[in-house]
Amino acid sequence: MSVVAGSRTRRRRSVATASGVLALVLVVLFVASLTLGSYSISPANLIATLTGSGESGDRFIVLGLRLPRATVAVLVGVAFALAGALFQSLLGNPLASPDILGVTGGASAAAVTALLVLGLSGPAVAASAGGGALLVAAAIYLLSWRAGVHGYRFVLVGVAVSFLVEAMLGYLLTRADVRDAQSALVWLVGSLSGARWEDAALVALGLAVLLPVLMLLTPHLLVLQLGDDTATGLGVRAAPARTMALALAVAMAALGTAAVGPIAFVAFVSAPIARRIVRDGLALGASALVGAIIVLASDLAGQHLLPGGLQVPAGIITGAVGAPYLLWLLARAQRSGGLA
Amino acid sequence: MTAQQHGFAAVGLRLGYEGRTVIDGLDLSIPPGQVTVIVGANASGKSTLLRGMARLLRATGGLVEVDGRDVRSIPTRQLAAIIGLLPQHPTAPEGITVVDLVGRGRYPHRGILRQWSATDAVIVERALAATSTLDLADRRVEDLSGGQRQRVWIAMALAQEPDILVLDEPTTFLDVAHQLEVLDLLLELNRTEGTTVVMVLHDLNLAARYADHLVVMAGGAVLTEGRPREVITEVTVREAFGLECRVVDDPVCGSPMVVPIGRFHGPSI
Repeated sequence: MSVVAGSRTRRRRSVATASGVLALVLVVLFVASLTLGSYSISPANLIATLTGSGESGDRFIVLGLRLPRATVAVLVGVAFALAGALFQSLLGNPLASPDILGVTGGASAAAVTALLVLGLSGPAVAASAGGGALLVAAAIYLLSWRAGVHGYRFVLVGVAVSFLVEAMLGYLLTRADVRDAQSALVWLVGSLSGARWEDAALVALGLAVLLPVLMLLTPHLLVLQLGDDTATGLGVRAAPARTMALALAVAMAALGTAAVGPIAFVAFVSAPIARRIVRDGLALGASALVGAIIVLASDLAGQHLLPGGLQVPAGIITGAVGAPYLLWLLARAQRSGGLA
Repeated sequence: MTAQQHGFAAVGLRLGYEGRTVIDGLDLSIPPGQVTVIVGANASGKSTLLRGMARLLRATGGLVEVDGRDVRSIPTRQLAAIIGLLPQHPTAPEGITVVDLVGRGRYPHRGILRQWSATDAVIVERALAATSTLDLADRRVEDLSGGQRQRVWIAMALAQEPDILVLDEPTTFLDVAHQLEVLDLLLELNRTEGTTVVMVLHDLNLAARYADHLVVMAGGAVLTEGRPREVITEVTVREAFGLECRVVDDPVCGSPMVVPIGRFHGPSI
C-alpha cells in the first residue's frame, strides 16, 4: 500500500475508533437517563416498554417524559456543538463561540421580550428566540466587518454585544411581574425539564435541513481552515463561504436555544474537547457527539447527582464546569501570548 | 516536462489597500517556464504586486491576464488548477497531519461528483516525494521544524498540480541552509517539470542566483527587469534600495553578487 493511502487509512481508523467510543458513552448515558429517576425502571421493563408491551405507568414515564427529554438533550447538544465548532474554526479563535459572543444571549433576550413585553407564548416565543439569535449575529457581523470578517475583531465586538444583551435581559426581568419572571428564567439558564416531543420534533426538523447543507459545505471549510490566502489560492471564494457557514452555525445555535434556552458553554467546549480526542481537522462528527454527551450528562447530573435531592437545570451544571475551562484557556493563552 | 506553459501578465494593474493606491498602471509579463523573482525595498510594492497577481488582492484598475483572458472571467477552481499559491503566512489547523494537509491541495480537482480517488493519492505521494517529505507523512504539521513545514506547504501547492507557482517570500524565517534547500527545490521543480515559478525574495544575492528573470520594484513601479546579470548594477541597487554597494561575481556560480557598503566600511579612496 502506498504511504498516502496507508496514512489516510490509519487516520480514518483512529477517528472511527474514537467516534465509536464516544457513541458508546452516549448510548450508555441515554439508557441511564431512561432508567434512572425517583421512579427507577429496570432494564428488562425498559425494553418491554420500548417494544410496546410495558405497564401503562412505565409507558407514561418513559415514552411521555424521559424519552423526549433525553432525545431533546441529544439533539440540542448536537446543534450547539456544531454551531460552536463552526464559529471557532471559521473565525480561528477558541473564544469565538455563539454562547460567548452573545448570539444565544440574543435568542434569550428576544424570547424574554416576547414573553414579558408582547405576552406571547409557545411556538411564538421559540420563533422569537431564533429571530433574536439571527439579529444579534447579523449585528456582530456588520459591526466587525472591515474588508472581510476577521476572528479577533469579531470576538471583541461579540463580547461587547453580549454585555449589551445581558443588560437588556436584566432590565426586562427587573421590570417584570414575579410570576412572569419565574417563567422567563428558563431563557436565562437552559433547562430540559418539561422538554416534550414537540421540542424534539422542532430540533430534529431543523437539523434535518441544516445538516445536509453542512455536509455540502464541509470540503470548502476544510480548505478555508488553511487561512483565507491559501483557500483563495485553491479556488475557494473565502468570504462568501465563510458567511454561509456562519449563517448555518447561527441557525443551529438559534435552533438549540429556541428549544431549551441557552445551555451555557456547550458550544464553547465541545469542539476543543472533540479535537483533543480525535485530533482531526474539523472534527465535526466528534464535536456533535461530545455536545450530545455533555448536555445529556449535565441533565442527568442536575437531576440525580446533587446532594439532598436538589435538582438544577442542565445549564447550571454546564456553566459550573465550563467557566473554569474558560479561565484555563485564558490563562494558557496569556502564557503563549495570544488566542489566535 | 509536465507543466503547461501559460501567458501570465499584469496589464495596467492598479492595486491598493482601503483607498490608498500602492501600484498604479503596472505592466508586467511573466516569462513562461522560467523562474521570476521580484525584489525591492520595503514598501516598494513587491508583495502587493504578487498578491494582486495571485488574486488575493482585488485590482482597483487594470487586470491580470492568464493566456490573454482576464482572470476574473475564469472560474476560481479552474484558475486554481493553473496557478498555485504559497502565501507568506499559511495556517495549519491544530492536529493536522502532513498527508491530510497536502491532500487538501487536491481541492481544485475535486467536486461533488469527483471524490478522493487513487489518482489523488498518487499525486499527493509524488508531491511528498518531490519535497522529500514522504517520511513525515504521519507527523503533525505543528511538530515539524520551520524548514520541514515550508517543504510541506510547497508539497501542498504541488498537489494542486499548478503550471504556475506563486510564492510570497518562501524563505522568510528560515536559516540560510533551509533557505537554499527551499530554493533548490523550486529550481529543480522548474527545471524538471517546467513549472513557471514567480516569487518575492528578500535576499538580493539569492534572488540573483536563482532567478532567470529578475524584476526590481521601486515606488510601486517596475524599476527594471531582465536577466540578473543585466539588471543588478550598482546604479540599480542605489535607486531601488538607497544603498551604496559593489557588484562582484558570485564565486560559486558567477551570478552578480551585491556587497553592501555601510558608513564605516567604505572603500578607502
